[in-house]
Amino acid sequence: MAMLSFERKYRVRGGTLVGGDLFDFWVGPFYVGFFGVTTLFFAILGTALIVYGAALGPTWNIWQINIAPPDLKYGLALAPLKEGGLWQIITFCAIGSFVSWALREVEICRKLGIGYHVPFAFGVAIFAYVSLVVIRPFLMGAWGYGFPYGILSHLDWVSNTGYQYLHFHYNPAHMLAVSFFFTTTFALSLHGSLILASTNPPKGETVKTPEHEDTYFRDTIGYSIGTLGIHRLGLFLALSAGFWSAVCIIISGPFWTRGWPEWWGWWLNLPVWR
Amino acid sequence: MKSLLVVAGVVVAAFLTIAQFGTAGWSFPPIAAQQHGFRGTGMDQIQTKREAVALKDANQAPAPADPADAGGDKAGTTYQNVQVLKDLSTEQFNRVMTSMTEWVAPEQGCTYCHNTENMASDDLYQKKVARRMLQMTQYINTNWKEKHVNGSGVTCYTCHRGQPVPKNIWFENPGLTAKGLTQPRNNGQNMASPDVGLASLPYDTLTEYLGKKDVNENAIRVNATTALPEGKGKPIQEAEKTYGLMMHMSQSLGVNCTYCHNTRAISQWSQSTPQRTTAWYGIRMVRALNGDYLEPLKGTFPPNRLGPTGDVPKVGCGTCHNGQPKPLNGAHVIDAYPELAKATASAADAKPAPASPPADAPK
Repeated sequence: MAMLSFERKYRVRGGTLVGGDLFDFWVGPFYVGFFGVTTLFFAILGTALIVYGAALGPTWNIWQINIAPPDLKYGLALAPLKEGGLWQIITFCAIGSFVSWALREVEICRKLGIGYHVPFAFGVAIFAYVSLVVIRPFLMGAWGYGFPYGILSHLDWVSNTGYQYLHFHYNPAHMLAVSFFFTTTFALSLHGSLILASTNPPKGETVKTPEHEDTYFRDTIGYSIGTLGIHRLGLFLALSAGFWSAVCIIISGPFWTRGWPEWWGWWLNLPVWR
Repeated sequence: MKSLLVVAGVVVAAFLTIAQFGTAGWSFPPIAAQQHGFRGTGMDQIQTKREAVALKDANQAPAPADPADAGGDKAGTTYQNVQVLKDLSTEQFNRVMTSMTEWVAPEQGCTYCHNTENMASDDLYQKKVARRMLQMTQYINTNWKEKHVNGSGVTCYTCHRGQPVPKNIWFENPGLTAKGLTQPRNNGQNMASPDVGLASLPYDTLTEYLGKKDVNENAIRVNATTALPEGKGKPIQEAEKTYGLMMHMSQSLGVNCTYCHNTRAISQWSQSTPQRTTAWYGIRMVRALNGDYLEPLKGTFPPNRLGPTGDVPKVGCGTCHNGQPKPLNGAHVIDAYPELAKATASAADAKPAPASPPADAPK
């Protein structure tokens, strides 16, 4: 595969975390590394096990395939393969491949001498997943509290798990997470429309500069966060959304067992107006 | 000025954050595993082990009184003005009276209902209410045996728990009553009422769904039955009322929605748990109790026992359940009191009539 003119600049030796030079090579345009190998191993094994689980199940309907976690009675022990054990191994493979991928990103960052923003951001997404299938089940004492792997089945789990707390919209951390999700999409829409507008001028006009963009927002809302700032803000909003999502499910069960509306009793009982 | 505002804001935020940590009532593992559906469906009851133990301890059924001799004179011949339990032997009758005192008025004693000068007198309204409640207990244990109470049955203690007025009763909730320059309007919601688990849902939902006997069988059902709208469906306000009722049921039983429903299809019976059937009958039972047994006592209760709109105290799910899916840990409390498990002759020969109101009762 031909190399792009600037690509040679990025093919830097070293920066690996494990394995030294052993896996420090490229296949085509793709960097391999030790963690590329482990990513591939876990991803293939996990996917194969999902297919095996689907073969054991009653349907090949892609929407209805369901690989469920074990019964609660197994606690934090291993369950028989066909009664949730498969889910446990698949979870292990998923975390293995996600974490491997994040570490591969770290190696690439080290090669390029850039910050760890990308692996950190992916790490928050991994944290959100791990809170659902490891941290919360661990705190509650059974793997069975994890969500099942299936397109519709995991949605059913979300519905029932929400209704375990009668009205999940009253979960304060869920409120924060939803607000951050809306805000991150709102910020992205403002930023995206600004960039599209300034780079697609009418016929006969030139592409606009950042000064022009800043002026536009200073005129309309009195403030412009700037070209670098908007990306920092975007990262903060997106990661906050994922972080508070993780918090909102970790506290549901281990630290709060009743309806979430009831949680607000503390506010109603503040000595100020009680 | 600006930095002062920032400091004030940070202080308030920090105070509120600390306050909620201390006062919201957070719980901590270990969790008691209570799976209620196929694995991975999330149909689980969530309770810490500590909460489970505390709830169990707080709901111990009292030991039944020693059995009494069935021979000897009937209570109806020994005593005057015995109407409901007159066919019991005198000893059996006294056993029930003693148990009732323990169940309902342990501190007040016999004089809570009886004029000690003349035990047969109906002077005290409590006695008339108690007589009606005896009939109600028999009605529950006979007419609702298969449908709702099963082998557990109910005694006075199921609701009263040693209190003359059971803890979890309810009244019509008039909501905003303050009169100002303008008429307050809140569309019957947003009051953080305990009846709906402190949610903003409509707070007087019990009056509509549990308060009277003849409620439209489809009143609670709000889910569409067709994939696409084929007419005017129920407005979202109706759905919120139903949600409010469901909050009451969940809180009363100490369970969450998944105890009865698989929430992927809340309305579908084929996907619901068997408990939903019991709950469905329970709703009908509560309506019958309120309509046939409590509402007719309106003239019997003194005004201080009535609610803000002058309505009688009413039964809800929590009145018996007291935060448990099975009241009193599912103890078969009725086994030791068979006289409360059948409609005795005097109660059955006529349709149970309310105690006659005193002459001076407000109409």
